[in-house]
Amino acid sequence: MAQNINYRLGKSKSFRGLVIFFSILCTLPLFLILFYIIREGIIHINWNFLINLPKPVGETGGGIANALIGSLLIVFYAAVIAIPFGIMGGIYLSENKNSWLSYWCRLSVDVLQGTPSIVVGIVIYFWIVKPLGTFSALSGSIALAVMMLPIIVRSTEETLKLLPSTLKEAGLALGLPYHKVMLRIILPCGFSGVLSGIILAVARIAGETAPLLFTAFGNPYFTTDISKPMQSLPLLIFNYATSPYDEWHNLAWGAALILLLWILLLNIITKITTRRWKIQF
Amino acid sequence: MENTILRSIDFDAYFGDNHVVKKVNMDIPKNNVIAVMGPSGCGKTTFLRCINRMHELIEGAKTKGKMLLNEEDVYSMHPIFVRHKIGMVFQRPNPFPNLSIYDNVIAGYKLNGMKITRADRDAIVESSLQKAALWNEVKDSLHKKGTFLSGGQQQRLCIARAIAMEPEILLLDEPTSALDPISTSSIEELLHELKKNYTLIIVTHNMQQAGRVSDRTAFFYMGELIEYDVTKNMFTNPRDERTQNYITGRFS
Repeated sequence: MAQNINYRLGKSKSFRGLVIFFSILCTLPLFLILFYIIREGIIHINWNFLINLPKPVGETGGGIANALIGSLLIVFYAAVIAIPFGIMGGIYLSENKNSWLSYWCRLSVDVLQGTPSIVVGIVIYFWIVKPLGTFSALSGSIALAVMMLPIIVRSTEETLKLLPSTLKEAGLALGLPYHKVMLRIILPCGFSGVLSGIILAVARIAGETAPLLFTAFGNPYFTTDISKPMQSLPLLIFNYATSPYDEWHNLAWGAALILLLWILLLNIITKITTRRWKIQF
Repeated sequence: MENTILRSIDFDAYFGDNHVVKKVNMDIPKNNVIAVMGPSGCGKTTFLRCINRMHELIEGAKTKGKMLLNEEDVYSMHPIFVRHKIGMVFQRPNPFPNLSIYDNVIAGYKLNGMKITRADRDAIVESSLQKAALWNEVKDSLHKKGTFLSGGQQQRLCIARAIAMEPEILLLDEPTSALDPISTSSIEELLHELKKNYTLIIVTHNMQQAGRVSDRTAFFYMGELIEYDVTKNMFTNPRDERTQNYITGRFS
């Protein structure tokens, strides 16, 4: 009997050990990637790297200023486009759980979330780039906005659903119109959740390459004109890492590190905002 | 009845097919405290929420009959105006957690876009908090968040928020059921003060409370208004057997 119990205790102990072992394995990839990219990229990053344009093949030095600013602009405009749509959709879904519109909206948003980004890119190419006859940063922003939309809609919906319904009733019972209740009470109360959804969406799309291939296209020169092709970090990494030149590989490593740090930073900000701006009930 | 402020005539309320308030006829006199009591699920809260048209916010909710506020049917007015005239305090204190105490009290004005001067605003906040017997406790922390207050203080803040709009009627939906006995008695005292200026309708499942605070009591059972009388008469000499059974605790 005692032996039997020892055997069973041993089994549960080894299972616990396995769980710990695999959870350590799960944390490893990020640290390996971080370690590798930092090791390869850190030596190329300096002030000149951030403020210079890429140099032609054969010249040493050069930086990624065009891609850095380009990425910031493209992502910024994508967020400007996606945030109002996403928040409005999220408000509707949180308010109407069972209407046919919410059914279809929720379904299409979920499917959109699973849509391969290259498909989004090609569709935007046929809808916007072709009719306008030119690649443009704006079309890239639109493609990324489509990618952001589901994340913002669902995070807004989930956040607002968690707020007590008495809050909305309190507003309505004061004779406040519906839009004031939603915009001035419900949304501010769920602000931290909505904001963290937005930041996560930004982090998610900042590294997207595929939708930008046929839209923002890339540009070796510096531009802030969103009707023109524009360089971005993921595009730069894609183009330069696949080139045969060592200097360009170095730029790509540096850019990869910058991109990774950016996304890491956004994730950390998300964690902080959800903790700091959480509203107490 | 003289001085009637609110009159419900053959009033019915439904959730889908569920008939929860049945043919209620009730005259409510001005500057009185009316207690609405009855066992759980008797329709008392639903009836209360019909008065300021909160009932219709629930999907599938329907109403029939008339609810006259100063002889004007609230169901032919816009709900926003109805709710300006009929304030409400809920079961659980629900101050707006994103607003300060000051902004909570003035929320009805501010978020309705009513333009009032700073001096008026200050005056409204002070007098509302005075009336809600909260001023002395919060006058030094008006710009702190309302959610830092205790439960009883939060509930008085909600009362201040509702009376800041100068409603004619104040509906209270079991306002003390989430509070401790001390907070409860301070709210009950407050009701006595408030009836000088307002008509109060309070839903309670607590008979003793109904007996303590109200001038008139309505007893609801299975969606029907069984008995409605001056509180003293009702508790000493109930006309209906069901009322008597309820008051004597034979069912709850």
